[in-house]
Amino acid sequence: MTAEIIIPPGLLLIAGGLALPLLAHAGRVAAILALPLIALALVWMLPEGPAFAVDYFGYEIIPVRADALSRLFATVFLVMAFAGGLFALNQERVCELAAAFVYAGSAVGVVFAGDLITVFIFWEVMAIASTVVIWSAGAGAYRAGQRYVVVHLFGGVLLMAGIAGEVALTGSVAFDAMDANSYARWLILAGFLINAGAPPLSAWLPDAYPQASWSGTVFLSAFTTKTAVYVLLRGFPGTEILIYVGLYMVFYGIVYAILENDMRRILAYSIINQVGFMVCGVGLGSEMALNGAASHAFAHILYKALLLMSAGSVLLMTGKRKCTDLGGLFRTMPITAACGIIGALSISAFPLTSGFVSKSMISQGAADAHLMVVWLALAAASAGVFLHAGIKFPWFVFFQTDSGMRPDEPPRNMRIAMYIMCAFCIGLGVYPDPLYAMLPYKVDFVPYTGAHVVFQLQLLLFSGLAFFLMLGMLQRTLTITLDFDWFWRGLGRALASEFGGRSARAWVAFAEQSYLAANRLVGTLYQHHGPGGRLARTWPTGAMAFWTTVLLGAYLIAYYV
Amino acid sequence: MAIPKPGSDHWLVRPGTIRGIWAVSLGVLALTVLGDLVVEHHPHFGIDGSFGFGAWFGFASCVVLIVFSKTLGAILKRADDYYDR
Repeated sequence: MTAEIIIPPGLLLIAGGLALPLLAHAGRVAAILALPLIALALVWMLPEGPAFAVDYFGYEIIPVRADALSRLFATVFLVMAFAGGLFALNQERVCELAAAFVYAGSAVGVVFAGDLITVFIFWEVMAIASTVVIWSAGAGAYRAGQRYVVVHLFGGVLLMAGIAGEVALTGSVAFDAMDANSYARWLILAGFLINAGAPPLSAWLPDAYPQASWSGTVFLSAFTTKTAVYVLLRGFPGTEILIYVGLYMVFYGIVYAILENDMRRILAYSIINQVGFMVCGVGLGSEMALNGAASHAFAHILYKALLLMSAGSVLLMTGKRKCTDLGGLFRTMPITAACGIIGALSISAFPLTSGFVSKSMISQGAADAHLMVVWLALAAASAGVFLHAGIKFPWFVFFQTDSGMRPDEPPRNMRIAMYIMCAFCIGLGVYPDPLYAMLPYKVDFVPYTGAHVVFQLQLLLFSGLAFFLMLGMLQRTLTITLDFDWFWRGLGRALASEFGGRSARAWVAFAEQSYLAANRLVGTLYQHHGPGGRLARTWPTGAMAFWTTVLLGAYLIAYYV
Repeated sequence: MAIPKPGSDHWLVRPGTIRGIWAVSLGVLALTVLGDLVVEHHPHFGIDGSFGFGAWFGFASCVVLIVFSKTLGAILKRADDYYDR
């Protein structure tokens, strides 16, 4: 171990985030812009391998361990924290930005964690900080935030139970690639997958993210799910079930986004869709597919943030979030519209955008493994991405029927944040070499071949044709679509109203029966003891004397006999 | 940008422009399919080597996805204040 001081980049951001509310406005702006960049410099100064280790009750804790994979994720997290901070400078609730920085810092903490205990600690900090980001949006977000934190704490419980089992079985807390071959490891995998938005608990994501503020959702989209992708890449590469979990997520995201009306919930569903591609890549497990999953996570954070910045600008300037209320905004928000379109093209993996150079590696991984069904499903899903996010989002927000609204462009800092993200989306698409150089494995892949470009253009443009030909079936309605969260949001109430009604009827019947029974009892008593009752009659004294004589007579006779 | 005068909407949404956009788009679509004649594909599975594979597969996928979604929506859609009532 060297004598130089190692500052964990994640901790710097967490400490800075906690200090933000104490600073005056100017100092806060400076800190928001400087902290992520300083942390980014620290990331690239970290030595390769474990930086230091601490003994904790006989377990070796490695708070910071750097390699290509962790640097890749930390880099994009910090770029995101910087751009997100710049975008959110106008956010009046300081609490939200402070929580967002703690959230980003703990995500960076997870990607540098060399052992499972460190992973768990930062994992939980992330859950709490992200919940505060959601709650910062005000009263409307309270219940969604509550549901969100319950799901994540449940995921944390699974993870903790898994880690405890892993320690009991192997005696080690090391966090490296493992086979899912024990209950403990399955529990760890389940804990990771909950954060990735995997079924059946995926509904936390489209439920909670769109309830955050116009700036909060931008942060939320980046860290939780992509940290989950990181830990899957680190812990469970090549776990076959992930291929099918990923494919489910890919199509779940598309189908629900097609039916959705809230513009930011469309994008939330499409996060699950995109993370599905990455989870599938992790499941495929070849170097090509793992590189694809890692680079797709990198590209995805940037273009998804761009899309949500565009949507956040619309929300801030119009106060509207439903597609049925929006439309025609390109007239007065051309910059926001253009940025949204660039994000939409990137998520669709259009040639010359970042999505094209990253996602195609995952498909190539499936082709190399000769998995035809998986490859065809990924191709169909790529077409579906263009349908639900690539066209649907810009079309219904910025074009379609004119809503009559003429909002201004958002403030300058928000526009600059969007320009930065646009530069990344197009820059990496045109010149992917720097991204490829950061990937965990050597890249042996050429994205721009004539065959590949023609195939992708056909796939996407004909999806666009399908969109406009079937526009009638895609018109927005004022509806939501039921999901698994019905089981914890609707089931209890359905049972309550069902049994509530039944028990009310039963109670009425019971009360009536009791009343009748009581009436009968009182009637019987009245009959015998009432004024006309046999037992209540007044008897003459003579009768008494007669019966006494009879008894005495009977006694006399009995005595002599 | 100024609010357009009545009767003169943004040039992008005039019927003439929209017709033009359709014409150009259909031309581009045809070009991408014809692109299959120029480039050499390296199909992995056979089916992906068929003529205009990306075009027909992409179109068909989207039709299936939309129809499936609408069917599912018919069962699972609720008014958007469903949980607030």
